[in-house]
Amino acid sequence: MAQAHTEATRERIRSAWIFLAPMLIVLALVAAWPLARTLHFSLTNATLVDMNHYSLVGLDNYLALDDGRWYGVLSDPEWLKALGNTLVFAITSVTLETVLGVLIALLLNMSFRGRGLMRAALLVPWAIPTVVSARMWSWMLNDQFGVINDALMKLGLIAAPVAWLAEPHLAMASVVLVDVWKTTPFVALLALAALQMVPRDCYEAARVDGVHPVRVFFQVTLPLIRPALAVAVIFRLLDAMRMFDLVYIMTGATDATLTLSVFARRELVDFQDVGYGSAASTLLFFVIALITALYVTAVRLDLDGKRR
Amino acid sequence: MKRLAPRIALALACGVLLIFLLFPLYYAVVTSLKSGSEIFQADYWPARLDLGNYVAIWKEQPFARNILNSVVVSVTVVGISLTLGVTAAFALGRVRFAGRSALLYTILAVSMFPQVAVLSGLVEVIRVLGLYNNLGGLIVSYLIFTLPFTVWVLTTFMRDLPVEIEEAAIMDGASPLVLVTRIFLPLLGPALAATGLLAFIAAWNEFLFALTFTLSNEQRTVPVAIALITGASEHELPWGNIMAASVIVTAPLVALVLIFQRRLVAGLTAGAVKG
Amino acid sequence: MRALLICLLAALALLGAAGKASAAPVRVAIACGALGMELKLCAEGADAWARQTGNEVRIISTPNSSTDRLALYLQMLASRTADIDVLQIDVVWAGMLASHLTDLRPYMGDTPAAHFPALIRNDTVDGRLVAMPWWADVGVLYYRKDLLARHRLPPPKTWQEMTRTAQIIQAAERARGNSRMWGFVFQGRAYEGLTCNALEWIDSFGGGTIVNARGEITVDNPRAIAALALAGSWVGDIAPRGVLNYDEEAARGVFQTGNAVFMRNWPYAWALAQGDDSPVRGKVGVVPLPSGGAGGKVSGTLGGWHLAVSRYSKHPAEAASLVAYLTSAREQKRRAIAAAYNPTIAALYDDPEVDAANPFFRDLLDSLENATARPSRIAGPHYNRLSSDFWRAAHDVLGGQPADRRVARLESDLDRLKHRARW
Repeated sequence: MAQAHTEATRERIRSAWIFLAPMLIVLALVAAWPLARTLHFSLTNATLVDMNHYSLVGLDNYLALDDGRWYGVLSDPEWLKALGNTLVFAITSVTLETVLGVLIALLLNMSFRGRGLMRAALLVPWAIPTVVSARMWSWMLNDQFGVINDALMKLGLIAAPVAWLAEPHLAMASVVLVDVWKTTPFVALLALAALQMVPRDCYEAARVDGVHPVRVFFQVTLPLIRPALAVAVIFRLLDAMRMFDLVYIMTGATDATLTLSVFARRELVDFQDVGYGSAASTLLFFVIALITALYVTAVRLDLDGKRR
Repeated sequence: MKRLAPRIALALACGVLLIFLLFPLYYAVVTSLKSGSEIFQADYWPARLDLGNYVAIWKEQPFARNILNSVVVSVTVVGISLTLGVTAAFALGRVRFAGRSALLYTILAVSMFPQVAVLSGLVEVIRVLGLYNNLGGLIVSYLIFTLPFTVWVLTTFMRDLPVEIEEAAIMDGASPLVLVTRIFLPLLGPALAATGLLAFIAAWNEFLFALTFTLSNEQRTVPVAIALITGASEHELPWGNIMAASVIVTAPLVALVLIFQRRLVAGLTAGAVKG
Repeated sequence: MRALLICLLAALALLGAAGKASAAPVRVAIACGALGMELKLCAEGADAWARQTGNEVRIISTPNSSTDRLALYLQMLASRTADIDVLQIDVVWAGMLASHLTDLRPYMGDTPAAHFPALIRNDTVDGRLVAMPWWADVGVLYYRKDLLARHRLPPPKTWQEMTRTAQIIQAAERARGNSRMWGFVFQGRAYEGLTCNALEWIDSFGGGTIVNARGEITVDNPRAIAALALAGSWVGDIAPRGVLNYDEEAARGVFQTGNAVFMRNWPYAWALAQGDDSPVRGKVGVVPLPSGGAGGKVSGTLGGWHLAVSRYSKHPAEAASLVAYLTSAREQKRRAIAAAYNPTIAALYDDPEVDAANPFFRDLLDSLENATARPSRIAGPHYNRLSSDFWRAAHDVLGGQPADRRVARLESDLDRLKHRARW
């Protein structure tokens, strides 16, 4: 917009803030206090036993040196283990989900009979409550009476039942598999919406030129859906980094699958240690912020719309 | 021959995909028709049609009420999120002002805390608002995760719409409100449908808040109702009942998608941007 | 008498504060069970009390999963809400929640003496009776009567004997054609259930109960190590690798489909294994868990649920009266007959009607009287951390780590915890 229209621009910005206000007020109302409270308690030694009496302990919950020994979440070997697990989980599951999600979206973007049914089917995994689907999968993955071992054995793919959730190196892979099953639809649906909003002329131009479909995808389609895809990936990353219920229900809290969220929940609820648990939660927040920042830089997410 | 090969490939891809997506649900249906010791056997077809589990879940708790609660909460949450999301997305996606991306990242930051960490604080907020053991409390608390999501996704889609459509309207002297409701809303069809569906399902499936903020069975939502299902004794997991309940609550969502799936493919095909 | 007076005064004061007439009926909210039989029995009992006393009862159902239940309770108790007056708590939560619970001693008279002493000891924290036992649970050994008879072997008295018997029968049955036969299934998943299992192994070997009565960490001893080492040798030999992720229902699934010789489980599995559609119906026996051989003893971990009154209740006297009613011998007898809930009152095991309804209760009495409590009273609010450290160590040993080194590490972890918790 040209500089001459400063008055119009100012008017526009004013109305932008009016448009933003309801959303910001609602979000602040709901989120400000819980988040501030978590930050506050992370600096205290509060416990659920008596939430009225606690004292400020500074950064001791994060890291403290006492008698030549390190204490605090950052020096907790379990937390570090959980950090590693969480990163492995988030990176593998989100990568798989993105690739699969885009492929599925491309498939569903074609016109063929039964497409509506396919779209409905796509949402089924996402629609089953996680509390249920996690249990359902642990049942199906059971080594002795699970249907997956049974099917694989009948197909001759394995000779003996496999303990999917008990073997440390398979447990993480199983959880990733279930997460991919559950949340690929999320990516696929957003990618499909993005594909639908790509102007048809772009394709038609390419088709007339006789460009190979794979090249069309990489040179025309992908750049056009990239912003939407990047946002889908960000929200997947946030969720994957906070992964809780699948792990908690499917494998308990074994070292092989312990995640940062499970760690935080254990401290906050099971161990009643509000101070330490809040510190773990806050650290998780910072880890996620860092990962998001890295991702946004890596894909050069264009938030300001500078291209325009 | 040239025309047949791609069609077979397409059918094959669809088939594999359907099995991957639907087998667990199918297996849930098979399991829900079993009782007693049968649930420990891996069967691929229901041996008989025992609807006992489907009858049982309606008897022990107000399950219809629970489904209604879930519908009310999810619909309201989606309605509020989309309304606030679209207006905010217009401001964030179409207007340039200082601190815009800082604001976007602040909104995103709300989604970076683990759910369990905000739980205690939210309980206090909800008690102050007088919404404890009330569906209103759930609606308010669910906004904490649906709002950042809808705002971000809609902002992205809004920003990527061509600049020309807006300029023409501004020339005609359209106010921002008219711009949003008359120009952008119709174009955002697929994005609204997709975000709305995803937010709907996220609200529909939420468990931890729903458990903590409600007390009586009449106020509870579906995931909590399923978690309440108990066997004859403490350790027994009444698998058949749980599967029956899951099948029942998945059905309306599938119906919802079937109804709205046309919306998912509307949008620019209407030809609004031609020229 | 004085105590009674104090409570009456307290109740009156509270009622007065609420601006109600003192004789007005009050509404007591009780959280008991989720749904099904558990809730039905509770509702019937509570209604009977309400009719008898002219008060009202509101039942709040809580999730089936006990970790979800604990999280909900903690949330409510920490915010000091008066929404729940009576809570159904797990036996190990008494120590954990003690600071939020009312002392029931003044309300109960001499009734506590009739319950199993181990349970009353468990519920007495710093001299305060914070809960009353409602029903009991104890770990027992299930075995296949038909298979033991076929191979002419008696039910095992020691874990070593159990191991040998399981090896023999597993090999023989596999040779006969059932390639999926296993010797022993138990709860090996990394959760509270593994603490129950592993405590039984260690205690039955004479290796103590992790922490002794004076609060000293005792787990690093040769007997405890021998017990865990034996358990570690089972995995992959007589127990499937999958046992590392088995909870009660997964173990039952293997046993009830006829694919295991022995199973460690709670008494609930009995009725199900003997159900009309069970493939092992009529082929199942129950005995106390084996001992650890020379110097060992019979042990079974104590489970079950108790009733407690929240400190933040507005009607503690009425709430305590409801607890007294529900935990009474009459009510426990009704529950035992209607749905096989194990009474916590020893005398009820001699009751002919209870006996007629549940003949296998006789076999459990021995286990219940010798049951071992988890060290929850001593660890108090830190019990879950202690238990989690313990089950992780046990899980590592089952997964193949050498028992001696892992137990040494556990001892040092627990020392640190003790230092921090100052119990």
